[in-house]
Amino acid sequence: MRRFALIAIPYFWLLALFLVPFAIVFKISLSDIALSIPPYLPQLDLAKGWEGFTKFLGALDFENFEFLMMDDLYYKAYLSSLKIAAVSTFFTLLIGYPIAYAMTRASEEWRPTLLMLVILPFWTSFLIRVYAWIGILGQEGFLNQTLMFLGLTSEPLIILNTPIAVYIGIVYTYLPFMILPIYSALEKLDDSLLEAAEDLGCSRIKAFWLVTFPLSRGGIIAGCFLVFIPTLGEFVIPSLLGGSNTLMIGKVLWDEFFSNRDWPLASAVAVILLLILIIPIILFQRNEQKQRESEG
Amino acid sequence: MTEALRPVFAPWNDPDEKPLIQFKNVTKRFGDFTAIDDLTIDIFEREFFALLGPSGCGKTTLMRMLAGFETPTEGTILLSGQDIAPIQPNKRAVNMMFQSYALFPHLSVWENIAFGLKREGMKGDALNSRVDEMLRLTRLERFAKRKPHQISGGQRQRVALARSLAKAPKLLLLDEPLGALDKKLRQDTQFELMDIQEKTGTTFVIVTHDQEEAMTVASRIAVMDEGRMIQVDTPARIYEAPNTVYVADFIGDVNIIEGRATPSGEHVQIAWGEGVSDITGTTDTSFEKGDKVHFAIRPEKVSVNVEKPDDTPNAFQGKVLDIAYLGNLSTYHVEMPNGQIIKAQSANTRRLSRRAITWDDTVWISFTATAGVLLKG
Ligand SMILES: Nc1ncnc2c1ncn2[C@@H]1O[C@H](COP(=O)(O)OP(=O)(O)O)[C@@H](O)[C@H]1O
Ligand SMILES: [Mg+2]
Repeated sequence: MRRFALIAIPYFWLLALFLVPFAIVFKISLSDIALSIPPYLPQLDLAKGWEGFTKFLGALDFENFEFLMMDDLYYKAYLSSLKIAAVSTFFTLLIGYPIAYAMTRASEEWRPTLLMLVILPFWTSFLIRVYAWIGILGQEGFLNQTLMFLGLTSEPLIILNTPIAVYIGIVYTYLPFMILPIYSALEKLDDSLLEAAEDLGCSRIKAFWLVTFPLSRGGIIAGCFLVFIPTLGEFVIPSLLGGSNTLMIGKVLWDEFFSNRDWPLASAVAVILLLILIIPIILFQRNEQKQRESEG
Repeated sequence: MTEALRPVFAPWNDPDEKPLIQFKNVTKRFGDFTAIDDLTIDIFEREFFALLGPSGCGKTTLMRMLAGFETPTEGTILLSGQDIAPIQPNKRAVNMMFQSYALFPHLSVWENIAFGLKREGMKGDALNSRVDEMLRLTRLERFAKRKPHQISGGQRQRVALARSLAKAPKLLLLDEPLGALDKKLRQDTQFELMDIQEKTGTTFVIVTHDQEEAMTVASRIAVMDEGRMIQVDTPARIYEAPNTVYVADFIGDVNIIEGRATPSGEHVQIAWGEGVSDITGTTDTSFEKGDKVHFAIRPEKVSVNVEKPDDTPNAFQGKVLDIAYLGNLSTYHVEMPNGQIIKAQSANTRRLSRRAITWDDTVWISFTATAGVLLKG
C-alpha cells in the first residue's frame, strides 16, 4: 500500500501537470478555427451522449498539421530555433565551463560566496533582466556609449534587434544552468587524481584533458540539455532583443495564438515542438541515470 | 646455498657508496605547524626503505616531497646527487602509489595501468605486453576491462600498485600499499614486492603502520615521531637494539623497567624497587652512578621456571597473574614483589594438559645479562 502510494504520487503529478494539459492541447490542435468562445470547433457535448461523442470524434482531423507542412515559415522557424538553441548552448558552455572550473579552484571559504553570486540573478525577475539588456545593447545604450567614449568605435554598433542580441540574452540568462551542474561535477573530483596523472607523466594541461574534462562530462551534458531544452521554445528573449529579424518558433506560436487567435494552429505548433523536445529530454534522462549508476 | 654466499647488502655502511636520495636538513611547515622537522637521511639504491610511525607523524608528507607535490620549507632533497626542487612531478623518475589509490574512475583497469606508459609514448605490442605483464603480476587479468567502481577494495589497491610499477621507475613510493588486503594476500604481495625489487632493482620507500610488514620487507626501517627520525636501522637492530624507549615500545612487545644505574666493571646494576634484587645488564653507553635508566627487554627473552635457575645473574621470584595462550606461544604475566608486572614468553613445545605452571603459582623469571637494552633518560 505504502509502495503503491509512493509510486502513485509521481504518476498523479505527471498525469495532472503534463498528460492532461497535453491531451487538451492535442485535441485543440485537431480542431478547426471558429468565431466562437472558445475559438475552435468541435466542442464535446456530453448532453447528447454516445452519439454526440462519435460526432465530436468525426469532426477532428489533421488539417492543421498538414498546413504546417505546406507553409515553409514553420519549418524554417523550427530550424532557426534549433540553430539558435545549439549555438547559444555552445557559447554558454564555452563561458560557463571556465567559470565553474575557477570556482572549484577557489579556496574553500570563497566557494559558498561564489555559488551565491551565480544564483543571485534569480532573485530578480527574468523579464526585468532581459529588459535591462535593451538598455545596455541599444544604439544609445550603455555599451555603445562606453565604446564610443573609449574611442573604440566612432559609430554606434547595431546589436539590438539582431540575432547577436538574442545570443547574448540567452547566454546571459541560462549561464547559471550551465555553471551549476558542471561545478557540482568538478567539485566531486578528487585532487589526488590530478596528482596521480602528473606523477605518471602528464603536464598540468594534459592532466586536465585526460582527467578533469572527461570526469566532468556528465555535468557538461546535463548543463547543455538544461540550456538547450528551454532555449528551443524561448519566446521572451527573441521578442524583446531580437526584433523582427529573429525567427524562433516560440514567437511564431505566440503570434498564432494571440495575434491571429488561431488556437488550433498554435496548438499544432506546440505539439510538434514538444515532439522535437522529447528526443533531447530522453537523452538527458539517460545521461542522469548513467551518472547515478557510475557513482553508485 | 646462494643466500649465504651473497655479500651482505649494507650500502649504508660503505663510505664509498653514493646515496640515491639525500635529505639534507629538510623542514616542512604548513602554516606554523611543523610536519617535518630538520630531517637528514640517506637512502641507497636498491634499498627497501620502510617508514614507520604513528598517524600524523609526517610519513605521507615525506613521500609527497619526494614525488614533487610538496616543496621543503627549508633544506634540500637530492636524487642521484641532483637537487630535485626545480623538477616538476611529471619529469621525475619517481612514481607514487597513493594512499587513496587515486585510480581514474572513467578508465578501465587496463587503461589505468597503461596511463603512464602511454604518456612516455609506448604503444602497440610493447604497450600490450607491458600492461599484461603488470596484470599478471598483480593477478588482475580477469578484471582488465572493469572500471574501478566495479572491483573490490583489495583489487583496487592492486591496480594502484600495478599502475605505479608499470613505468619501472628508479624510485617507487608506496604509501600504505597493502592496508586493504587480507592477511594471506598481504603476505603474498609482500613477497611479490620483494621479488619485484630483486628483479628490477628499483628502490622502494614504503610507508606502513604494520610493523610486522616493515620487518618482513625492509632493508632498513625509519621510525618516525612528530616529523623527526627517531632511529634508522636494519629491522634486526631496530628490534634488538632500539635507541629510545619510544622505538622499543613502538616495535613489538616489550617490558620497560625504570630504575637507577650503578656501574660495576663491565656490567651495570639497576635498582628497580623495593624487595627485588638489582638487574645486571650490559651496555656500550656509559652510566654514572644514580643515573635514571630504562631497561627494555622483550618477553621472549625472559624465561619462566618453577625452580630457581642457578646459571644466570638475573633471577627474580614472582606470582603468575595471567597466562595468555596463543597457540604456538604462551605469555605469562608475572607480578614482582615491587608491583611491576613482567611479561615472559615461552614456546609451547609440550601439550596444554602437561603445562606445569598455572595461575597464582610462584615462579622464577630469569634472563641473561645481555638480553635487555639499557636506555638513558
Ligand atoms: N596540506 C596540508 N596542510 C596542513 N597540514 C597538513 C597538510 N598535509 C599534512 N598536514 C599535517 O601534517 C601532519 C603530517 O601529515 P602526514 O604526512 O599526512 O602524516 P602521516 O602520513 O604520517 O599520517 C599531519 O598533522 C597533517 O595534519
Ligand atoms: Mg599518511
